Amino acid sequence: MAYYLDFEKPLEELETKIEELKRLSDGNEIDLSSEIRQLEKKAKDMRSEFFSDLTPWQKTMIARHPERPYTLDYITMMVEDFLELHGDRRFGDDPAIVSGIGKINGISMAVIGHQKGRGTKERIFRNFGQPNPEGYRKALRVMKLAERFKMPVVTLIDTPGAFPGIGAEERGQAEAIATNLMEVSKIKVPIVSIVIGEGGSGGALALSVADRLYMLEHSVYSVISPEGCAAILWRKNGELSLDDFSRAADALKLTTQDLKAFKIIDDIIPEPLGGAHREPETTAKRIAEYITKALETLRTKSTAKLIEERYKKIRKIGSITQT
Amino acid sequence: MAWFKKTKEIKPEKKVKIPEGLWVKCDNCKEIIYKKEIEKNLQVCPKCNYHFRIAVAERINILADEGSFVELYADIATTNPLNFKDTIAYKDRLAENKKKSGINEAAVYGSAAINNRPVILAIMDFTFMGGSMGSVVGEKIARAAEKALEEKIPLITVSSSGGARMQEGMFSLMQMAKVSAAIAKLKEADVLYISIVADPTFGGVTASFAMLGDVIIAEPKSLIGFAGPRVIEQTIKQQLPENFQKAEFLLEHGMIDMVVERKDLKNTVYKLIEHFMPREEEKGM
Ligand SMILES: [Zn+2]
Repeated sequence: MAYYLDFEKPLEELETKIEELKRLSDGNEIDLSSEIRQLEKKAKDMRSEFFSDLTPWQKTMIARHPERPYTLDYITMMVEDFLELHGDRRFGDDPAIVSGIGKINGISMAVIGHQKGRGTKERIFRNFGQPNPEGYRKALRVMKLAERFKMPVVTLIDTPGAFPGIGAEERGQAEAIATNLMEVSKIKVPIVSIVIGEGGSGGALALSVADRLYMLEHSVYSVISPEGCAAILWRKNGELSLDDFSRAADALKLTTQDLKAFKIIDDIIPEPLGGAHREPETTAKRIAEYITKALETLRTKSTAKLIEERYKKIRKIGSITQT
Repeated sequence: MAWFKKTKEIKPEKKVKIPEGLWVKCDNCKEIIYKKEIEKNLQVCPKCNYHFRIAVAERINILADEGSFVELYADIATTNPLNFKDTIAYKDRLAENKKKSGINEAAVYGSAAINNRPVILAIMDFTFMGGSMGSVVGEKIARAAEKALEEKIPLITVSSSGGARMQEGMFSLMQMAKVSAAIAKLKEADVLYISIVADPTFGGVTASFAMLGDVIIAEPKSLIGFAGPRVIEQTIKQQLPENFQKAEFLLEHGMIDMVVERKDLKNTVYKLIEHFMPREEEKGM
């Protein structure tokens, strides 16, 4: 059974009906194909309509959709001969970040991404995609390894945020993130970063300093979650409602369209109708195309130019009156 | 009824009216102290050594030689890109905070001297929107690092911040990357960067320039962390350990170099500069 978000409920009814009709006509002499075709068209139109005008909160829900492909799904679909590399060589291996090497469209590269789990057991194992310091240190270790062997780096971003825990603080969550931000700014190989789902604050940023930063159409990237923002602003007024989250999501300007307009991201990777989870293979293929295209340009640049341009790209972000 | 009596005892105590201006109550030991005595003591409680949060001007007095501080680019301002509005509009909130703090933004930077050694000094003020880092704070820290690089003189930052500024959305988050990249350049050029971390420092400031110092110094008992204690408590549903996220806790866990009392800060920074970047005439033969 497919999972439907609240705003998709009318669609669920329709698609359940289509499934029923298909079952009925299967091995039956009654021909329902024209009815089915009609309903399928209606469902498609309905989906187009829903997805042409999503609110930022709805987009947040799609970005967190339980069936949305995760890093390991994309790795399976678009990375050839992937070999996972584990551990930060200091303390442990963080399952909330996956890293390794493999080929995308024939080029060997490091692929690193946040990994959420599917199903209760794996979710807990992956800590819901919330990394500990070891995850960030592993990511940096693998990036530096790629740097030595002149392999490009691809990162896939999908996390609610860095894990807020006692151990994480004891082992230097802030230091791990800060060090990544600093070190990645001068890594001598091209880095392409794609937000595939949830870009949750500093925990996402630590993997997304890059020469090209893309976002899947219905992913989000925000300094704070809409829930966190609403709690800070309106908790005093009592219980928070979905309306508050929706209002916060509007205010935070966390959609791909907003961030492209702000020039914080370089491009939007279009998703199939209904979201990446409707056609994971198509989505994976598109992501791989964007990576390959970006690398074609980036790999022609000298190391000095690459790093200089990356610095300038990061350095100019801000919205100030120049004096 | 014990609980009733207890609340009755506690409540009035909290509401004791302290005559404005003359006396202050220590946040830590709750003693009521003559304000002048605290001022004379660099805003440190003489009874329990609690370090009060201080404004930029006081911080400059403590760290820099008298009259040496020259502020740079004081008037960089945000363009309010999100047009954010919470209970009040962001631009009104900024105006309110300017009035309250007497400074234009949550960070101030400039050139200064510490016992005659020139430095670039950047200071955050928690009273300005909780010391939050938006585009302006990020820009000032980046420019401070660039100026230190250009002049080959040490960069000293004093952090005090709740983290990234929500009202500027992703622009704020990206400042973390910006300031960290600017610090990276300092390190490559072997220009000394000393990070002083004051109470409280959290989120995007800890997870960027505050934890990137070549030497990291914290004031006693300062709260320093990535996630706020309340968020952690709600997430793990456990009580937090004694001293959690205090400067001494970070020292114990290897996250900072030293805990230094306010009265010793200037001299400690000076000694570090003398060791790491000796004056030309003192360089070894
Ligand atoms: Zn005291």
